[in-house]
Amino acid sequence: MLAFKPVILWTDALIYVLIAVAAVFAWHVRRREHLLAPWKRVAHSPSGMASLVVLVFFVAAGLLDSVHFRPALEAKNAGEPVYSVDVLSLLDVVTTDLRQRTEKTYSAPFAAHLFAKETVEHPDGTQVREFPRLRFGAAHLKDPERELAADVLANGGRGVLAGIALWLAVVVGFTAGLAAGSRRSVSATWSAIWRGGTEVPWRAVYVALAVMLVLAGATVALAAKYHVFGTDKVGQDVLYLALKSIRTGLVIGTLTTLVMLPFALLLGIMAGYFRGWVDDVIQYVYTTLSSIPGVLLIAAFILMMQVYVETRPDLFDTTAARADIRLLFLCIILGVTSWTGLCRLLRGEALKLREMEYIQAAHAFGVSHWRVITRHILPNVMHIVLIAVVMDFSGLVLSEAVLSYVGVGVDPSMISFGTMINAARLEMAREPMVWWSLAAAFVFMLALVLCANLFADAVRDAFDPRVRTLRLEPAAAGGEAKA
Amino acid sequence: MLNYIIRRVLYAIPILIGVNLLTFVLFFVVNTPDDMARMQLGIKRVTPEAIAKWKAERGYDRPLLYSAQASGAAKVTDTIFFQKSVALFAFRFGRADDGRDIAHEITTRMGPSLAIAVPVFILGLFVYLNLALLMAFFRATYVDFWGVVTCVVLMSISSLFYIIGGQFLVSKLWHLVPISGYGGGIDTFKFLALPVVVGVVSAAGANARWYRTIFLEEIGKDYVRTARAKGLSEARVLFRHVLQNAMIPILTGVVVVIPLLFLGGLITESFFGIPGLGSYTIDAINSQDFAVVRSMVFLGSVLYIVGLILTDISYTLVDPRVRLE
Repeated sequence: MLAFKPVILWTDALIYVLIAVAAVFAWHVRRREHLLAPWKRVAHSPSGMASLVVLVFFVAAGLLDSVHFRPALEAKNAGEPVYSVDVLSLLDVVTTDLRQRTEKTYSAPFAAHLFAKETVEHPDGTQVREFPRLRFGAAHLKDPERELAADVLANGGRGVLAGIALWLAVVVGFTAGLAAGSRRSVSATWSAIWRGGTEVPWRAVYVALAVMLVLAGATVALAAKYHVFGTDKVGQDVLYLALKSIRTGLVIGTLTTLVMLPFALLLGIMAGYFRGWVDDVIQYVYTTLSSIPGVLLIAAFILMMQVYVETRPDLFDTTAARADIRLLFLCIILGVTSWTGLCRLLRGEALKLREMEYIQAAHAFGVSHWRVITRHILPNVMHIVLIAVVMDFSGLVLSEAVLSYVGVGVDPSMISFGTMINAARLEMAREPMVWWSLAAAFVFMLALVLCANLFADAVRDAFDPRVRTLRLEPAAAGGEAKA
Repeated sequence: MLNYIIRRVLYAIPILIGVNLLTFVLFFVVNTPDDMARMQLGIKRVTPEAIAKWKAERGYDRPLLYSAQASGAAKVTDTIFFQKSVALFAFRFGRADDGRDIAHEITTRMGPSLAIAVPVFILGLFVYLNLALLMAFFRATYVDFWGVVTCVVLMSISSLFYIIGGQFLVSKLWHLVPISGYGGGIDTFKFLALPVVVGVVSAAGANARWYRTIFLEEIGKDYVRTARAKGLSEARVLFRHVLQNAMIPILTGVVVVIPLLFLGGLITESFFGIPGLGSYTIDAINSQDFAVVRSMVFLGSVLYIVGLILTDISYTLVDPRVRLE
């Protein structure tokens, strides 16, 4: 009997498809110099590479969280395995400690005591109203008032040292590898990196890696004994919630584009290529869709979806499946509202391309429409698609939070940045304020979206032919430089 | 010009019909009124009588498209499609679930929505354009570099945090203005100050950066080189020539949203407790008041199309080369 039963949710399956598509695309690009060139330009951008390092950490967390299974319960009779109704992911397994060490209710970051007063019965029978000690946070300390700061520093310091050690190991190994690859001495390679003299900005990568590893090391070391970001209303560790939110954000940011891409590509190119009535119909469809304000359209779709799911409880059995189908629907609907922009761009580009000589030549040779589109037009609009995909990502992650606030976002039972903020917002009026959930959501979201923005800029700069011709010179020297 | 406008308005009709059909399919075909009634009344314990009553109260007890029992024109008009969807064209929105007239609610709530959306719009445009011009003037220097960095950081922060942060700092910590609410007279200013500032700041990053790109694209063009060659100062080139020529791309994004100002801001209004159309919509979504959501979808698309027409007209005002025929 297996110790677990794998569960593939809809969004999991689509994520696997996305990875497969990305892998095929990478393999395809790798062997073609002209396709590889813009990616090399991305690799030469310090901000792009540094943010890529941070993004790798986020994606790793998101992927771990996308492998779901149902653990086996203690079987009563040996023959028949019984599986839990809770769907867990690999990330849940990695963070088992965080997940299971729940307190009673709110507690501040690094706190030893609960946030709310409770009546506690002392051993001698008297009852006192006080802040009870936490069950897990700082539970190893005898006298938290005196020991806490020193202990946090000691543990944090140990974590930082571990992070630095790991960083050194990675950096030394990687530099040695680079040196071997370029047939130079390790010290020469190292000094080239340190001076910023390498083609790929390894210095920026190393610095970003150092920051991430130090932060991760300190967090891991401290999270074993404290609630680094405090706990929420039902006593769940906020760090755990923030880690789980990453997947929701990534799913919305990536699957939305995956869902809308086929429509936008097909319709956009068809409209521009065939013109005539095809163009009229497609233009009509996207003008109609885009004339409805986005949030309202999403609200209408989600409300109707809710009615559909609620009145058919037999179709979606577990809470996870229900939350997942809603997440998928949200992606589809966000895709429907956002494909119009890309479709319009592609139509314009296809209109331009169809007049090119090589397309005319293809027609003259009797090449079929389908072949012209797939062989000649599609490759020449891919840069637009790629730029749109990476540029849209951060906006979609941000919109998830807003939509959850409006009440048309992800399922309330699904952990996401939006639901975190929403829950924390209700506690704004508390005195003193419960700020840590907001802080955690803020830090994680800012890191994710900022890195996504920086990376998207690097990709756009590398792929957009317009940007490359737009050279900047300072205003004062402008006149002379031109002359 | 007049001919062109009339033609544009006529073009708008099929689009509105499309929107209308889409909302009809969404609200009445995908889920029948029975489904909605069951959802509203609770899934488990619901009797057919209760569903029938719910539908009768809202006028959903008619047939969808064709009424066989009725006679004459009523065969078509006495249907959900005609009464609920086609009626939207006459701005007959019907009643909300709480029995109030939606059209009346919309007219009274427009005021507060505009009171916050218009200042945000005007002040925002002024601030963003100036910031963008500043960055374009100091392009390729540290001012520009750090300006862009600030913009990217600002646009990476969720708008929710701007509101929460603003409310916390200004209202809770410094006690300058009330956290939320809306009042008449001189109080209006006090209530509106924070939402307006938050509204301007939260969109600053994305907009300033966008306008900067537009200006930089213009600066690369030949007429700018000619202007410089004539010996004009850089400031004069920027503010006279570049700004004027950048108006077309700027207007494309700006004029479209003017009619949508009527709808107000969903998030801002509900956070600050302003009784505008935005908070009306949010309340309707949360209480699943389908009639209101349907009306707002239709109204929103009407306003968007008005915005598109206004955009075209505005081109002729700033660019003599554009003639609408």
